[in-house]
Parts: sequence; C-alpha cells; structure tokens
Amino acid sequence: MWTRLYALIVKELLAVLRDPKGRAILIGPPIVQLLVFSYAATLEVRNVDVMILNRDSGHWGQELIQRIDGSPTFRNIEIAASQAQVQVAIDNQTVIAAVEIDPDFSRNIEAGTPADLQVVLDGRRSNASQIVAGYLSQIGRTLAAETPAGKRTGAGMVSSVPRNWFNPNLTYQWFMVPNLIASIALLIGLIVTALSIARERELGTFDQLMVSPLRMHEILIGKLIPPMMIGLFHITVYILAAVFLFEVPLRGSLFLLYGSAIFYLGSVAGLGLFISALSMTQQQAILGAFLFMVPAMLLSGFATPIENMPGWLQPITLINPLRYFLVIVKGVFLKDIPLSEVVNQTIPLALIAAVTLTAAAWLFRRRLE
Amino acid sequence: MSASSNRLRRLSALVRKESFQAIRDPSSILIAFVLPLILLFLFGYGVSLDTTRTRIGLVTEEMTPLTQDFAASFQASRYFDVVIGRDRRLFEEDLVLGRVRGIVVISADFTTRYTAGNSPSIQVIVDGSDPNTANFVQNYAQGAVANWEQQRQADVASHSPAISVEQRFWFNPELTSRNFLVPGSIAIVMTLVGTLLTSLVVAREWERGTMEAMMATPVTAVELLAGKILPYFLLGLTSMTLCVLLAVFLFGVPFRGSVAALYALSAAFLIPALGQGLLISTATKNQFLASQLALISAFLPAFLLSGFLFEINSMPTVIQWITFIVPARYLIPSLQTVFLAGDIWPMFGRAISVMLTIGAIMFVLAARSTRKRIG
Repeated sequence: MWTRLYALIVKELLAVLRDPKGRAILIGPPIVQLLVFSYAATLEVRNVDVMILNRDSGHWGQELIQRIDGSPTFRNIEIAASQAQVQVAIDNQTVIAAVEIDPDFSRNIEAGTPADLQVVLDGRRSNASQIVAGYLSQIGRTLAAETPAGKRTGAGMVSSVPRNWFNPNLTYQWFMVPNLIASIALLIGLIVTALSIARERELGTFDQLMVSPLRMHEILIGKLIPPMMIGLFHITVYILAAVFLFEVPLRGSLFLLYGSAIFYLGSVAGLGLFISALSMTQQQAILGAFLFMVPAMLLSGFATPIENMPGWLQPITLINPLRYFLVIVKGVFLKDIPLSEVVNQTIPLALIAAVTLTAAAWLFRRRLE
Repeated sequence: MSASSNRLRRLSALVRKESFQAIRDPSSILIAFVLPLILLFLFGYGVSLDTTRTRIGLVTEEMTPLTQDFAASFQASRYFDVVIGRDRRLFEEDLVLGRVRGIVVISADFTTRYTAGNSPSIQVIVDGSDPNTANFVQNYAQGAVANWEQQRQADVASHSPAISVEQRFWFNPELTSRNFLVPGSIAIVMTLVGTLLTSLVVAREWERGTMEAMMATPVTAVELLAGKILPYFLLGLTSMTLCVLLAVFLFGVPFRGSVAALYALSAAFLIPALGQGLLISTATKNQFLASQLALISAFLPAFLLSGFLFEINSMPTVIQWITFIVPARYLIPSLQTVFLAGDIWPMFGRAISVMLTIGAIMFVLAARSTRKRIG
C-alpha cells in the first residue's frame, strides 16, 4: 500500500510542478501578494488633500491653517476663493474634505464666544472621511485649548491613557501579515485540490486511476497530501517573511502553529476535493472553488470582526475554516494564546476535514456506479 | 457575396457558438449571476465597516457615586456593550481570547483626584492585534469621557466649547458603509465575469486544441477575439444590471446619476477587463494557470488596490504606481459617484479615457500573442 501511495503522491506533485509555468505560479505570486498586499492594505489615512475656504481675516484663522498644514495626515492644502470651488473639488474628489472658516472666527474667539468651523467631507469615502473628520476635530480642540476662553476651563479634565496590548504602536502589518498567511494558503490550496480530480476527469485519466490497484481511500489520500505539502511550504515561506522581513513578533510556539496548520490545510484540501467531486470540468472546479472562497474571505473576521455581522449571519461563519485558523495565526504570533485555545480552534478544523473528505469519497463512489 | 458580409456572417456564427457555450455551462451562470448575488448580499448585510456594539470590560477599582456615574456614561454609549468588574485581571484572559475588545480601568484614586481638581486618568487597554477595532475603541472611549465631562460641566455651569466643529458628510450623510460598498462590489463582479470567466473559457480552447482548429478556418485573429468577447461583454453588462437593480431596490442605495453614465462607465471598464482575460489565456493556455493569474492580477487588485476598501493615498509610493494600471481603480470612485453624487462628467470622462487606453493596450498585446502562436 505504501509504495502505491508514494507513487501516487509523486505523480500528483509532478503534475503540478513539472510545468515551469506551474512552478513559477506557485512560488512567485504568493510572495508578491504578501509584499504588495501587506503594505497596501491599511486603513490608516495619510497624504490626503484638503481645501480651506478662509473667510476670516484675523489671526486665529491663519493659525488654524498652519496647524492643518503642519499635520502629517495632510499632503496639500488648497486655498479656495469661493464656495463653488469647494463644490467642484469635492465632487471631483480632488480633495477629501474642505474646511470653511467663518468671517467672524477670530472675532468670536477674542470675544470668548463660540467660534464656528464647518467641515465638509466626501461621504463616498465615508470610512476615510470619518478618520479625517476625527483629525480635524482634534486640531480644532487643541487650538481651542489655547484660546483665552479655553485656558480658563482647561483644568480638572479626565485624561484617558491608551494602552495597546500585543501591538503597542498599532502597526498595521502586524495585523495584515498573519491574516494573509491564512488567506493565501486558502486561495492556493483550494484551487490546487479542486483541480486535481477535475483535471483527470476532463482528460479521461480518472477512469484509469479507478481501474488501477489503488483503493478509493488511497486515491483520496494521494490527492490530499501533495496540496498539503505545497501549503506547508507556503506557510513556511510566509512565516519566515513575517518574522525576518516584516518583523512581526512571534510570541507563541511554532510547534502549535504547525500542528494546527496541518488540520487547517487538511480542511482546505477536503473542501477542494469535495468541490472537485461535484464538478465535471476544470472550469466548474475553479469557479466552484471561487464561489466558496469569496464568501469565506469576507466572513472570516479578516476584513471586519465577526461580532459586527448580523446575528443570523454569524452561524454561517462556523463552517469556514479560515475563521478558526485566523484566530490561531494571529493568536500565536501576537498574543501567545494558550494550548487550550489552539485546541478549541483546531477541533472544528478537524471536523470540517473529516466531513468534507467523507462527503467527497461518497460522491466519487456514487458517480462511479 | 461581398467580403464584408462574409465577415459579418462569420462573426455572428462565432458569437452564437460562444453564447451557447457560455449559457450551456452552469458554472458561467454561477459566476455571472449567483456569485454577484452572494457578493452583493454579503456587502449589503454582512460586511459592514460601521462598528456596532463592541464588548468591553469596565473595571471600577473603587465604588463611589462619582465612578458609578462615570461608568454609566460608558453603559449609555451606543458603541459599547459593557461588562463591569472590580479587578482588571478578570478581563485579561478575555482580552487574549478575543472575548472582549478592550478594558477600561477607572483607578482607585479617581474620586480623590477629581474632587481635588487634579485631572484624574483612566486607562483604556485595547486588543492591538486588530488595529482597526483598537482605534475605534480608543476613539469611542474618548467620546464617552467627553460626553460625561460635558454633562458634568453643564450641571455646574453653562458651558460651550471655544471652537465648535460642525461636520457635514456630503452624498452619504448617515455614513452607511453599504452605500459605498455595494457600488464598489459591482466593479468586483464585472472583474470576475470579464477577466476570470473569459480567461478560463479561452484557456480551455487552447488546452483542448480547439483554438488551433479555429485558426485553420478563414476566421481572422481579430474576428476570433471579437467573437470570444462579445458574449462575455453582454454577460458582464447583464450581471451589472442585475446588481444595480438589487442595490437600488433591495438595499436602498440611492441612485442619483443617469443610467447612460452607468452604462458608459461599465462598458468602458469591460474593455480592459476582457482584454486582460484574453491576454492571460493566450499567455498561459492552461486553465489552472489562467485562474491563478486572473486571481492575482485582476480579482485581488480590484479588491485591495482599487480604493474599494483601502485608501490609495495611504499606500507606499511604489504600490500607488501599481494602482494606476488597475482598471477598477478608475471605475470604483466613478460608480460610487453615479450612485451617491450624480453625474460628474469631468470625472467620468477621465476615468473612461484611461480605462479605454488600458483596454486598447491589453487587446493589442492579446492579438499579437494570438497571431504569434500560429506563425
């Protein structure tokens, strides 16, 4: 049995790796993706342009403009001459926000009466706009504290001291890189396995495999192991890049990470084989894999926390292997989560693998009869 | 019969053949109609950037009327789901396991410091492994503190801030993230139909050798490519129409622009998307490679490098350069504008001309590599 299995595994690996283009696509792009996306995917807001319509002729209006100009968030400050200009700039997205300073801004501040500042923001980019609005209000507040009226009421305020555990400077890459490790392994693993049987079926070689001395479970194992080996290779490259290139701290145990990774890759390959069993052609297999992948990425807690999703949608995420492995990768890297938590997250992965593999075997057998 | 009518007949025969092929395969329908439904559904209901109630632990190290009043301001906040405890160690494990997103600690000297006029401090500990949520929790905590202070001061004496900042969000005053995510996801759907589906279909022809068979017929390379893409062009527009109808009637996203602008933009976007699909398939001639390349060079960039979820301005310069060749980068802001702001033709004109230019380059490359293969 072992020699047969070994031969099948070697054959499967060759099928993917023999073609130089195939080799290149399994090695080059995943690394490029890690580099590009971990730098690109940031929800921070920097280098945005704002417009200022200054109707005030006094000192405080100028002071405010200088403060905004000095802030690292903003790249260019455009001075508008009229309301119409503000409208055009926002409409065409040349600026994300416009600040309008009232004609009696300085006069009101000197008189100790409330001075008004209007900020117009582009709601089409509402996420970035909200962050920009936050920065501009902050600038307003600091300036207010320096006005004669502000200095009188400053004392006795409650100050809140922020403490960011696990990631003191809230470095975005520390969040992104572990997330990408799990999701890119899913992207590649799913398609490689989904194709493995669909390709043979399209080429007609699957029947040959069926009449060979190989038993059904041996074929499945033979189809399962090579994608898992490729997946482990990817995960290893990513972990090295995470630690040495992105300098993400690895606080937990590598042993736990690899241990659970095997179950994760098993569940991904199981899903891939299940899709493969359902499809008649390679195109169907690829598109089927896609149909699973896109919701899996969106419902994993990667882009948005699962607890923010509506209550009826949350149970659906329970069948998503990415959901569990994300917790493990992030947890092992940043939080040094205890063994019990890793086990808690690995059990569902093992279950998904078991269910999908059984289902795939059943489907193949049924198709044969 | 004249040469041009022959040409037309050949083209219509090709288009019919491709259309049958596309419609007969259930997986094309899956990608063109089912996946868009799922995507729209997820962006409409599931994925929301609006933070709802975040669970936090609130530690009151002393129990006085003042700290109780302060804690009440957190409980009243619509952003927090507060669990109260007396010791921060109660929550530390919860934070590691992600059961709470933050811990707010009111220290034991809060009341004494406050009554003495020394500014007391609270600690806001957040889970930095998710920087975005961490930021939200910090900001909302500050908001809750500011609210409480304003209330206290309003009780003592009438007071208003020296500078009041009034914010107005144009086009999307309620800041509903669905309003910009749903239009953006339409661009993703068209990328899938235009690039992924097309690249797979053409790669399959190469793989099976039917492409060479077609080459042997009087059909020219240009006709062959045109015959390939026309059905998918129409499929892309159909699937876009379906998405827009759902966006407007099911999700209630406002549609303030014109239908003409919507179709002009979508048609202009499908040119580079289809061109890229063709280029990928002629370059790889293999369905596995084509799917991987389409994923990496079209789908993921449309998601991540287009300004859909992440601000392009905040990316490193080199990556900003890459975004210039991503067609979705031009379509997504324009679609968001058609929906939320209305027709702003200077913006659309620029977007359309850039997308057509990228499309022309893709087609020239695809046509050249197709011709080379038979030579």
